[in-house]
Amino acid sequence: MSESATETQASGASIELENLSKRYPGSSDPAVDSVNMEIKAGELIIFVGPSGCGKSTTLKMINRLIEPTGGRIRIGGEDVTDMDPVKLRRKVGYAIQSSGLFPHMTVAQNIALVPKMVGWSKSKIKSRVEEMLDLVGLDPGEFHGRYPRQLSGGQQQRVGVARALAADPPVLLMDEPFGAVDPITRDHLQDELIRLQHELHKTIVFVTHDFDEAIKLGDRIAVLREKSHIAQFDTPEAILTNPADDFVSGFVGAGAALKRLNLTRVRDVEVTDYPTVQVDDPLQDIFNKLRAAGTNELLLLDKRGRPYKWLRRGDLMRAKGSLARAGTLVHDTVTWDATLRDALEAVLTDNAGRVAVTGRRGEYEGVVDMETLMNSVHELLEADRLEAVEHQHELEEQRSLQTQQEQEGSQAADGEAKA
Amino acid sequence: MNFWDYLVNRHQQLLADAYQHASAVFQCMVVATLIGIVIAVVTYRSDWAGNLATTATSTILTIPSLAMIGLLIPIVGLGVAPTVISLTLYGLLPIVRNAIVGLRGVDPSLIDAAKGIGMSRAARLFKVELPLAWPPILTGIRVSTQMLMGIAAIAAYASGPGLGNEIFRGIASLGSANALNQVLAGTLGIIVLALLFDAAYVLVGRLTIPRGIRV
Repeated sequence: MSESATETQASGASIELENLSKRYPGSSDPAVDSVNMEIKAGELIIFVGPSGCGKSTTLKMINRLIEPTGGRIRIGGEDVTDMDPVKLRRKVGYAIQSSGLFPHMTVAQNIALVPKMVGWSKSKIKSRVEEMLDLVGLDPGEFHGRYPRQLSGGQQQRVGVARALAADPPVLLMDEPFGAVDPITRDHLQDELIRLQHELHKTIVFVTHDFDEAIKLGDRIAVLREKSHIAQFDTPEAILTNPADDFVSGFVGAGAALKRLNLTRVRDVEVTDYPTVQVDDPLQDIFNKLRAAGTNELLLLDKRGRPYKWLRRGDLMRAKGSLARAGTLVHDTVTWDATLRDALEAVLTDNAGRVAVTGRRGEYEGVVDMETLMNSVHELLEADRLEAVEHQHELEEQRSLQTQQEQEGSQAADGEAKA
Repeated sequence: MNFWDYLVNRHQQLLADAYQHASAVFQCMVVATLIGIVIAVVTYRSDWAGNLATTATSTILTIPSLAMIGLLIPIVGLGVAPTVISLTLYGLLPIVRNAIVGLRGVDPSLIDAAKGIGMSRAARLFKVELPLAWPPILTGIRVSTQMLMGIAAIAAYASGPGLGNEIFRGIASLGSANALNQVLAGTLGIIVLALLFDAAYVLVGRLTIPRGIRV
């Protein structure tokens, strides 16, 4: 995911926040205190933090739903702090928790709102609405004329995202968009967002209080504490393996190594090859293979090359040579895109501690077992640790360089004063 | 002469009165609706202004209609003027109150969304807030109309138009042959008109309330 952020085809725009502050009249403490942040074009940034830490306020200052009392906002290099907020917001997509769909308008009318306001032609709007519905995985013919109350929570949320993206804004702000849907739907919507971002490369700022959601979605995560002070702003890997302080590690919670498993896919680890036979193979060949193979087990594939049964040496004897009755059925497989966590889950529930990896059409590609998983995870964590140490080293170097320069500067000033 | 013969005999006069009655109420309702919604739109955002508007209009409603018309006669004279002014004033309260309640009842997250996608203040009002507040406003208009039907009868006191003339004539000649018929014809006429208007409002609601928010 982090690679996609640096791709040049990003259609997003960079965002810079400079000393951004909000102080409400009548309160002595600022709600948001001097936030500095640089977001690259095409990045998916997560603001995560406890409730009341000002993450939502900070987000709403980017499209000036809340007017900042200090600091500057630049989008794509252009200072938008004093721009007409209505014009600014038409260039910045906005999706919120309750979907914010207007109940008196149909799905199509809701999506068409922003394109209409910026003056697109009717035919262009019409085809754009279809395109957006298609993009968020809703059948245009079916959902076009529906009213929001005729949709499920997840579908409403999809339409909300479609509306936010309708006029093709370079920047998308999402304020806990999946906070109000059930966990299964949320998981789906998160997957969809990842897919969308792969296609569109928008700059997305996403607010959540769910750290697991942050890890799953973010290219970089900003962990915020009260007054929107940035506790750590880094990749999910770095935050998991090297939390900046107690606050961050407290927020990461227990099981950082387990959470790390969510960040790696099966395709990134070593998969072992397993001796396989086809259902159609003559029995004699199968016997020979069983004898020849180092392991005392074979994977039997069906006619289309999909994992079918695990065959042990004794199984065929006991079943008197009938393939139909021998062996144990394959219950669970994982795809190349499954996370290591899913793979571990499958391995743990399997009574022999292995799981078959399958390709796009369910065909056999390899096997993951406990041992390969353990090795991979150790390697991953080791690599993370090294990177983190290096990163820290760099920071320290920078810091010492800075202090050195400062000292030299003050010495020079002293010298001048003496002269 | 029985009631039926009376109706047949005087149907021309009765229809003319009924038409004038209906037309007076309708026109006053249009004016009251426009003024009422404007008052609500101007005041609903502020607590005290909204409350002031509601209190002021409900104060008007507590003035007895006869007294109101009586007070208006020295100022604007007899006839149509005092009728229209008093009917419009009486019609305001339900509309203003329902419009304020309706506008304030719009889900704040929708206002947030409307702002967030770049709607100007006017667009928010006309495309989001008023359409969403329209069902309660329409209810207010219905209530107002029912009320004005009755109050319009009093307008005859100031030589105004409408079915009230029948009633007043009947009351003035109590004991004569047609007195009861006159009062009865006027009263029933008003009831029939009120029912017809109500049916019309049901139809208007069907046509103007979007399917997405119809209950």
